[in-house]
Amino acid sequence: MTVQAVESDAAVSGQNKLRATSIVKLILTRPELSALVAAVAIFIFFWIVAPPFRSSAAMATVLYQSATIGVMAVSVALLMIGGEFDLSSGVAVVTASMSTSILAVHVGLNLFVSMGLALGISLLISFFNGWLVTKTGIPSFLITLSALFMLFGFNLGFNKVVTNTVATSDVSGEAGYSIIRGFFAYRLHLGGRGGPQFSILILWWLILVAIATYILLRTRTGNWILASGGNAASARAVGVPTKWVKIGLFMFVGFSAWFYAMHQLSAYKSVQAGSGIGGEFLYIIAAVVGGCALTGGSGSAIGSAIGAFIYGMTVQGIVYAGWDPNWFRFFLGIMLLGAVLLNLKVKQMSARIRR
Amino acid sequence: MTTSAPLIEMIGITKSYTHIRALVGVDLTVRAGEVTCVLGDNGAGKSTLIKIISGLHRPDEGMMKIDGEEVQFDSPRDALDAGIATVYQDLAVVDLMETWRNFFLGSEIRKPVPVFKPMDIARMRATTSEQLAKLGIHLKDVNQPLATLSGGQRQCVAIARAVYFGARVLILDEPTAALGVKQSGVVLKYVDNAREAGIGVVFITHNPHHAFLIGDHFMVLTLGRTSLDARRSEITVDQLIREMAGGDELATLAHELGRHNAGAPGA
Repeated sequence: MTVQAVESDAAVSGQNKLRATSIVKLILTRPELSALVAAVAIFIFFWIVAPPFRSSAAMATVLYQSATIGVMAVSVALLMIGGEFDLSSGVAVVTASMSTSILAVHVGLNLFVSMGLALGISLLISFFNGWLVTKTGIPSFLITLSALFMLFGFNLGFNKVVTNTVATSDVSGEAGYSIIRGFFAYRLHLGGRGGPQFSILILWWLILVAIATYILLRTRTGNWILASGGNAASARAVGVPTKWVKIGLFMFVGFSAWFYAMHQLSAYKSVQAGSGIGGEFLYIIAAVVGGCALTGGSGSAIGSAIGAFIYGMTVQGIVYAGWDPNWFRFFLGIMLLGAVLLNLKVKQMSARIRR
Repeated sequence: MTTSAPLIEMIGITKSYTHIRALVGVDLTVRAGEVTCVLGDNGAGKSTLIKIISGLHRPDEGMMKIDGEEVQFDSPRDALDAGIATVYQDLAVVDLMETWRNFFLGSEIRKPVPVFKPMDIARMRATTSEQLAKLGIHLKDVNQPLATLSGGQRQCVAIARAVYFGARVLILDEPTAALGVKQSGVVLKYVDNAREAGIGVVFITHNPHHAFLIGDHFMVLTLGRTSLDARRSEITVDQLIREMAGGDELATLAHELGRHNAGAPGA
């Protein structure tokens, strides 16, 4: 309203520029806005074309699908805002599940101790990724691509040596299993048999998003994350420890990978040692669709959640609409392209305004 | 002049990169309430000198004193803690971030709330618009990303920030290089204000006209060595221009070595 009032006063020649300024300003300060518009459109679309989509059971499934991507997408988004990538995030999840399983079942440690050690391993791997990236200056794309293949091979190879199979050993016989299952994979049944089942993972996901959003927008750490990704040299010059900010972000991805791994292990008792690959791209897509710039410095944690929700709606919506699910990845690709083009457009507009 | 110790005293600073000697035995003195202009062509060592003063690089040889006491900077943080603030050519700002976030970057105000220690955003916003207003910059909204401000405004945000955070020494790296005539004048006026306020200013430039408008003390760097070190009373603007260009001998040498210097980091 105030914007319009100002505009009507402005000279005619200045009007377009002013309007463009306020739109760019809005998108720059609220990067998740365009994703929100897309999410609403996709929701309405499936609501119309796929009648089963309208049930609360379907919504529970969509939200669960979203959470399986979203838990990782939050930390991946923060890392991208901080200006780095982690391509090893998908297989890192399996490394954490496998470590827990081997330590508990084969080494014979207490399940909780095994989980703690697996967390340590996850954090150590992600610390090493971050340390290598900041120490050498080699793009994180290359460092974590190496990590992806090392972990992928390690998961399969090491699991084979210990278990002689391609799946991790079943942890459901371990003491304390029911406790971790209740914490990481509890399902809330509503309305009896056939009613919607809401996974507790949805709650953990939303809590993670809330904490990440708070940190990013309200704390000094968040300011430093934005600056480290936006212009690391400038940030360093005013005293921001950009290396530690980045290493911390890698470790947050490591923590999330462990958290999601504990959910998988609790829910499915055992995971395939060769799985996880490809997940890193889904997390990155959710973050980018949610408004994260590939070049860092801009994006939001809420955006990553919206991106994950778009993923969940699309993957389930296609099934509910009765279409061939093979088309799903095609739509995913289109959405990514759309998001990237929008990012580019915003950048060009902001550059034009400055002149 | 003042009898107290200079704010900064650098003696015999030498710095080499793999094959290039970027600085050779350079002395620099910065006194409170004075503008020291460091002039020189591209690759003369100006950037290297700034990086040493601001803690980004360490000299190979030489001594640095702050208030008469010898110091060693291991990081930009050390220099900032000593009251030395640097405003870089690229402004040391983050374009995508809001103005108030930029203003307080690295020195955020935090509330004493346990665990997260949130920033006091309201106070940071208010302080930012207050400080910018003092420099005559009236923003409609300090939530504006810095990318939407003009070059002169962005420069002034960086200077205002440095002054607000108690800089005793302000190092300005080519502050007028990317600006038009009018905006350069505005920035030079702020430099004058800073001097009046008793701040020691190091003004890095390759424009002898801008330097002569504002400087109390001039130093010309040529290929990493000091080729002129004079007070305002000892020199004219014509001499300064001539010294910048270098004698015939220096010009020839510059031409020969220019090729090697082109790859020098920080050149």
